Amino acid sequence: MSFINYSSREISCKIVYYGPGLCGKTTNLQYIYAKTNPEAKGKMISLATETDRTLFFDFLPLALAEIRGFKTRFHLYTVPGQVFYDASRKLILKGVDGVVFVADSQVERMEANLESVDNLRVNLAEQGYDLSKVPYVVQYNKRDLPNVVSLEELRSMINPTRVPEFEAIAPTGVGVFDTLKAVAKLVLTELKKGG
Amino acid sequence: MNQQMVMYEEEFNQINTVCDRLTREASAKVVFLVDKNGQLIASCGQTDNLDTTSLASLTAGNIAATGGLAKLLGEKEFSILFHEGEKDNLHITIVGGRVILVVIFDSRSSLGLVRLRVKKASEELGRIFDGLLKKVEAPGAGSPFAEITDEDIDNLFTE
Repeated sequence: MSFINYSSREISCKIVYYGPGLCGKTTNLQYIYAKTNPEAKGKMISLATETDRTLFFDFLPLALAEIRGFKTRFHLYTVPGQVFYDASRKLILKGVDGVVFVADSQVERMEANLESVDNLRVNLAEQGYDLSKVPYVVQYNKRDLPNVVSLEELRSMINPTRVPEFEAIAPTGVGVFDTLKAVAKLVLTELKKGG
Repeated sequence: MNQQMVMYEEEFNQINTVCDRLTREASAKVVFLVDKNGQLIASCGQTDNLDTTSLASLTAGNIAATGGLAKLLGEKEFSILFHEGEKDNLHITIVGGRVILVVIFDSRSSLGLVRLRVKKASEELGRIFDGLLKKVEAPGAGSPFAEITDEDIDNLFTE
């Protein structure tokens, strides 16, 4: 849940990037980190294995401008994508305010995408959240690769409820900030409703 | 689902007073309080060269992982964690099931002293957070964001 501090006039929200292994969650955060002004970001932390696979989480704190006199902070987290890290994934979803699902557009990763969306739904439910009610956006990553599934097909399989969706090429930043802005907007809109 | 965490000036000052006193009485270097979701609530002591945001996030991750281990063993939680380093040590406790109290200390203090002082401070902090929760639940404690407009939100991203 977001944390509203009247004393320091700050509001902090937690956004989690979810998706199958090697879909580009960490790459999203790395691009955001590289392109954000030093004064607006904290240190990026990656708890990764020796082969650079996320083991527990990546963490990137961002500070946006003020809104009605409150500094807005977003804490971005990724989960480890590999199937066997499920226990860790559940922990990271605790207190989440918004979720980005990063899908791998390659045809051979479709099954992994579907499995990961299901896993997200189940793990959120365990924490008492309903995926259809949580601020949620979908990113179709790796659109530059040759063997990608068409947008229509991705949409019908991964995003049947038509939440905001973005095509992306995370290493070059295509769609990365659009995705972040969309989920941040949904989170703030949720707060407005009296979260 | 967890409840919305809100902090008001009055409670913030009370919490800081307790943390300040704990820092002195336990001869600690740093004392900080973190929400279980990884948000820093308060910090006292020699925090100048310390990345408290990262510390908060990693502490919460640590508590979450330890909680996962506890569950697997049939425990509710492990309420005290202690990490011993060459120079500095970390003492982590869960207060009132909701917030995490972290004390960083070196050889000028001892684990016994820290444990003793943390126990007393935890009770005080527990009371403050109980009061805070009641205040948040009370009717009329609306979100300060109820009046923000779509334009306000858009403006955040136009710079």
